[in-house]
Amino acid sequence: MITVVQPGFFTTVQDLGRFGLRHFGVPVSGCMDKDSARKANLLLENDPADALLEITMTGPELIFQVATYITITGAHMPATINSIDIPVNTVVKVEEGDELQFGKLQSGIRVYLGVKGGIQSEEILNSRSFYKPITAQNRLKKRQELPCVAWPDFDPKLTSFQFEKESMTELLAFPGPEYSMLKAEQVGQLWNSEFTVAKENNRMAYQIEEEIGAHSKATLTSATLPGTVQYTPAGKLIILMRDAQTTGGYPRILQIRGKSLNKLAQLKTGDRFRLKKQEYEI
Amino acid sequence: MTNFEIHIQPFGHHALLITWPDEVNEAILKEMLRLRDILISEGFSTPEWDIVMAYRSLALIQNLGPISYLDVKSKVEKFISQAKDNGEIASKRWYLPVCYDEEFALDMEEVGEKLSLSPESLIELHTSTNYLVYGIGFVPGFMYLGGLPKHLETQRREHPRPLVLQGSVGLAGKQTGIYPQDSPGGWNIIGNCPIPLFSLAVDPPCFVSVGDQIRFYAITKAEHELRKIEAQVGVYNLKSEEV
Repeated sequence: MITVVQPGFFTTVQDLGRFGLRHFGVPVSGCMDKDSARKANLLLENDPADALLEITMTGPELIFQVATYITITGAHMPATINSIDIPVNTVVKVEEGDELQFGKLQSGIRVYLGVKGGIQSEEILNSRSFYKPITAQNRLKKRQELPCVAWPDFDPKLTSFQFEKESMTELLAFPGPEYSMLKAEQVGQLWNSEFTVAKENNRMAYQIEEEIGAHSKATLTSATLPGTVQYTPAGKLIILMRDAQTTGGYPRILQIRGKSLNKLAQLKTGDRFRLKKQEYEI
Repeated sequence: MTNFEIHIQPFGHHALLITWPDEVNEAILKEMLRLRDILISEGFSTPEWDIVMAYRSLALIQNLGPISYLDVKSKVEKFISQAKDNGEIASKRWYLPVCYDEEFALDMEEVGEKLSLSPESLIELHTSTNYLVYGIGFVPGFMYLGGLPKHLETQRREHPRPLVLQGSVGLAGKQTGIYPQDSPGGWNIIGNCPIPLFSLAVDPPCFVSVGDQIRFYAITKAEHELRKIEAQVGVYNLKSEEV
């Protein structure tokens, strides 16, 4: 068991997501930055589908009621156990009664806390990923208990990872189903300019500050996916994220690649990125 | 045999999108349903694959990894030609109770004035139509219904409400529908359905499928209360028939 002393700004339990229910309108959910989550589970030699904590912006304060091993990946946010610094991207042993705290966010926005054996919170429709109203909660609460198993001895094959840091983020995008509605000038703007993450960004969608001009194309509601870029009549761009709706009525002009969506999930309000066109192999 | 022109295109790395002519048409939906049934019987089924249908498009989504577009496309083309042969689709008509009492029907008066209809004739019109489910999406259990009588077409509210209660039955433009959960919303509210469209108390969590029909019928406040309590424990007592 892990006791949540403070939940932090927005901390959720996430796994790979909830599949097979999109035809009922159930979003997939799951970790926003799947690469970072995967790395934490890899180091811990967990199942890739094991659930982790996704920590957004500020860290929680947690007390471990069992001895186990943890790994912190994703955004750069210093962490301590009983006030002593611990390394990130590394397997760390925690003892019963240890207190885990986080410092100030340095870069990125989402941190993953993996626990040996995974977070064992309730599985609903084959996933532990928080999404209200499928799950009763949309985020962790103060004094909540998170189930996990005691794992006193573990000899990891690999104890840590090194990551290279990229400066300007380049997101790879395929043309979306309604890409052909764009004018040459808009196409130029998409592939040749920089974009800024607007303050409206969360697990459902990231809005973009720059606009590409109004349109009046009416579209009958159709399927959307995480990574779909919607183009509103007012000229705004909205990138759908993991908790996004399964259908929508705006033209879908781009489809961001999965790896790039993981990168986008580490951008916050005001961060800049570029788009790079991916061609379909047909 | 139908002869709708069908377009297949890639939709990112994991999915392909199949689209029919840009119109709301029952014959198109039937063809999509036949294609869905063939796809599922040929192994394009959950949890590996998801199929999302709405109005005139069908998205086939691979959940585990990237697809080989040309491979899947050639299979789908073969299935489409089979789907063009008029086969029967198993679908249901669901009778859903709605309480049109003023406690729930927040906009009945306003809408009635705009449409020059008394509450009685509005309810009569709303309950005398078989609505076709053209899609489920937006939020879990939300149905896109087609077939609203012309006399009930009305603009959405100028100022959306920050909170519309679960089960609220609304009118907006050419659409009518049920809010499956508490949420903000701009539809004109004319009643409330006590049966949840999405509930974890039952399996599957949503009883309606795309292609089904919905028929509303009016109930009293007392019956609404009873049906709501029944539904909370997972007893739906719904009337339905094969169509």
